[in-house]
Amino acid sequence: MNEQTTQLILDSLGPLLRATVTSTIPLTIISFVLGLVVALGVALMRLSKVRVVSGIARVYISVIRGTPLLLQLFIIFYGLPALGVQFDPFPAAVIAFTLNVGGYAAEVIRSAILSVPKGQWEAASTVGMGYATTLRRVVLPQAARTAIPPLSNTLISLVKDTSLASTIQVTELLRVAQEAAAPTYQFFALYGVAAVYYWVVCLALSFGQSRLERRQNRYVAA
Amino acid sequence: MSQLSMSPTPAGDSLVSVSGLAKSFGDHTVLRSIDFEVASGSVTVLIGPSGSGKTTVLRSLNALDVADAGRVRIDDVEVDFAERPVTKKQVAALRAQSGMVFQAHHLFPHLTVLENLTAGPVLAQRRARDEAQTEARELLRLVGLGEKADAYPFQLSGGQQQRVGIARALAVRPKLMLFDEPTSALDPELVGEVLKVMKDLAAQGWTMVVVTHEIRFAQQVADQVLFLDGGVIVERGTPAEVLTSPRTERARQFLHRILDPLD
Repeated sequence: MNEQTTQLILDSLGPLLRATVTSTIPLTIISFVLGLVVALGVALMRLSKVRVVSGIARVYISVIRGTPLLLQLFIIFYGLPALGVQFDPFPAAVIAFTLNVGGYAAEVIRSAILSVPKGQWEAASTVGMGYATTLRRVVLPQAARTAIPPLSNTLISLVKDTSLASTIQVTELLRVAQEAAAPTYQFFALYGVAAVYYWVVCLALSFGQSRLERRQNRYVAA
Repeated sequence: MSQLSMSPTPAGDSLVSVSGLAKSFGDHTVLRSIDFEVASGSVTVLIGPSGSGKTTVLRSLNALDVADAGRVRIDDVEVDFAERPVTKKQVAALRAQSGMVFQAHHLFPHLTVLENLTAGPVLAQRRARDEAQTEARELLRLVGLGEKADAYPFQLSGGQQQRVGIARALAVRPKLMLFDEPTSALDPELVGEVLKVMKDLAAQGWTMVVVTHEIRFAQQVADQVLFLDGGVIVERGTPAEVLTSPRTERARQFLHRILDPLD
């Protein structure tokens, strides 16, 4: 590696880190948290005995899982202005990723809720709890144990999927790497640095997942 | 605080009355027409072959199974199941009258023993946490598990889990205790400790309805025994009448089978 390349890499470390911290990570966290809220709502709708309600949830999940994320991003950023709805790049990306996580995580949450034995609902009800209290205090805490590994997958995928936001002008990690590489043709070096950054973020999340799983297992026989 | 003070209805008065209870699951009729009364402070034991409907009777008393027809009254709350729809509010009011002990205990695995007991009082009945905890500790002592307050359910034996289940049901201050085969899932050597607690409760004046195969428990503790078969009450009376000298062939055969399984 020549001196010029080394210097370029060193010069890029700061800007790429800044893009990671100010754009990639916030985009991931905001979208994931909002996405989980959407997912819980969709999962509960999907479990509803009212057919119209569960039908709406079913269609939503099907559309989200059946179309490319890149296309969802394009429809929200480039398509909606035709209907008079316009978003800045970052909010557009948050909306797209939120809806996407909402679709995928809904199925995870639904199956996790179903994995909690019916007896838990009955027992909660015999000590006087209603639907909302039972869900919040009895069912979701137990469902969380089942849901954490697959939801961690969703989160880790999301970290990398945020790179798609580079196509709608969000100056996140990949975009900054692209912009730095273009004038110098040092694609290998700069994309390499970007890859390492993505990897480190995902490593940290995997570590967090293990800790969370250990905490969740405190009430289960080894 | 004495446990007796929790049962407000004077002993002897009718606390529970059930009339015309009927229930089908699809094409399968489980209960045809069930009528019985439970006096306050008395123990009623339901026995019968599997599929006889005894568990469905019990689960109709707190509307975990919603009957198709008939009335259930517990103290001052009455639900007529023929009137459709039976509202959530009615179900909740009826369910709040009783405490339920399940065959598979259904303790909340993510909560400690103490939290299992205070969940109902604090989260549902909105009682003060301190007071609920004090009462919960007292109930744990009553079932002989005073030192297990901070354990998680998985750390207990089956018999201990079931005793926590009993304490959890008592913690919501019910007027009536329902037991659905509380010892059927236990290893034989653990059955006694659970029956002992139930016997103590009966002695303290709790009104109890118990579905069980423990004939000796019924003989010693029951005031009234109901023998169900095919969704109807075939025999009813004192333990001596139903268990010692049954009048019907069906009851005789059933008792013979469970008392002498090898015969």
